[in-house]
Amino acid sequence: MNNPPDVSQDPKEYEEYAHNVQKHVRGYLMVGGLLLTFTAITVALSYVDFGARKANIAVAMLVATLKAGLVAAIFMHLAAEKRLIYRILIFTGFFVLGLFWLIFLAWYDYPVFR
Amino acid sequence: MEIPYTVSTRPDTGLWNAKVGIWLFLASEVMLFGGLFSAYIFLRLDAPPGMWPHGLLNVPVGTMNTAILIMSSVTVVLAWAALKMRKYRAYWWYMLATILCGVIFLTVKLVYEWPQKFDHFGAYIKPEELGKYEQYLGNEHAAAKGLPPRLEVTGHLHNRAALNDPNIKEYEVALDPLNADPSNPAMDRPHFFYMPPTDKIATIEKADVQYATMFLPKHSAYFASYFTITGLHGMHVLGGVLVFIYMWLPVSKRLYQRNPEHLANRVEVAGLFWHFVDLIWIFVFPLFYLL
Repeated sequence: MNNPPDVSQDPKEYEEYAHNVQKHVRGYLMVGGLLLTFTAITVALSYVDFGARKANIAVAMLVATLKAGLVAAIFMHLAAEKRLIYRILIFTGFFVLGLFWLIFLAWYDYPVFR
Repeated sequence: MEIPYTVSTRPDTGLWNAKVGIWLFLASEVMLFGGLFSAYIFLRLDAPPGMWPHGLLNVPVGTMNTAILIMSSVTVVLAWAALKMRKYRAYWWYMLATILCGVIFLTVKLVYEWPQKFDHFGAYIKPEELGKYEQYLGNEHAAAKGLPPRLEVTGHLHNRAALNDPNIKEYEVALDPLNADPSNPAMDRPHFFYMPPTDKIATIEKADVQYATMFLPKHSAYFASYFTITGLHGMHVLGGVLVFIYMWLPVSKRLYQRNPEHLANRVEVAGLFWHFVDLIWIFVFPLFYLL
């Protein structure tokens, strides 16, 4: 096989590495706390009347996007990932935006009852 | 046969293979849920006034489930970090916590939330008969307040046989608080806490009803999209839990003893999937429960 052997960890190098991971753990806990806080904020804001339902939807989606961004950047390690992953995601973003764009095409495409 | 690049990185991608694999899979998942969300947007934009219900789901329970899913996302990333630090015992406990969170989420959904909906009844009144049921609908009050029209009487159906028996000419419904007291300004907006049907019984003649059903997918575009999206999401949660159980069992401890980094990578990949499932729920929760 063309699989190189697993790198055996040099004990000293490994200690430093484990220490690095330990530092990240605090960050994960903080992000978890932030996500719970934002959830409470989303629920609370949904009972505030922003004048129009559209405004309420916009605010809720803004908070949700912020939360999703936190999950993706920190938990899914997208804040620092290899280039290939970003490339895959750029393609995905392009196609998913196209998918949502189809709504607007369909919107004008059939007899209007509204 | 040895599977290549489970731990070491492939020179041309700079990544171990499973990582590329899971991201390609997640990309396809984005398209899958993207299609359903765009369907949701389309159905909702197209719903005639009064035909997109609000406040029918239990917000505290939904909030609790959201919190449970977020906490499970934290525990799975801690499980991965524990493996990276070669602390198997800690890993085992974090993994157990993750599995339990997933199981609680599914149990709440399948044992409490969904059955409660299947047990709830709604009858859309024919447009020309709306005035006859004004005491339950309060459309004059709604119009004066600039609220969407109320077309449906909901609550607990006392004579269930009426659903299928053409000889029964009316539905007897223990009214939901809104229909029991429709002109009360306190009912204008949904409440945070779930309010069970009242003791007030209304008799609704079948001849006046346009469409009546339990809160099943066929009830409305709202419930159709709710059950489809939460159902598919629930299947993802179930899949994640099964994978985590496998990684938590002794069989994975043997892999840990042989090659700890390989298990850590497996957990990372499963964790990426789990975070994605959490991410979907972050949008599902406000869209269906709150807005």
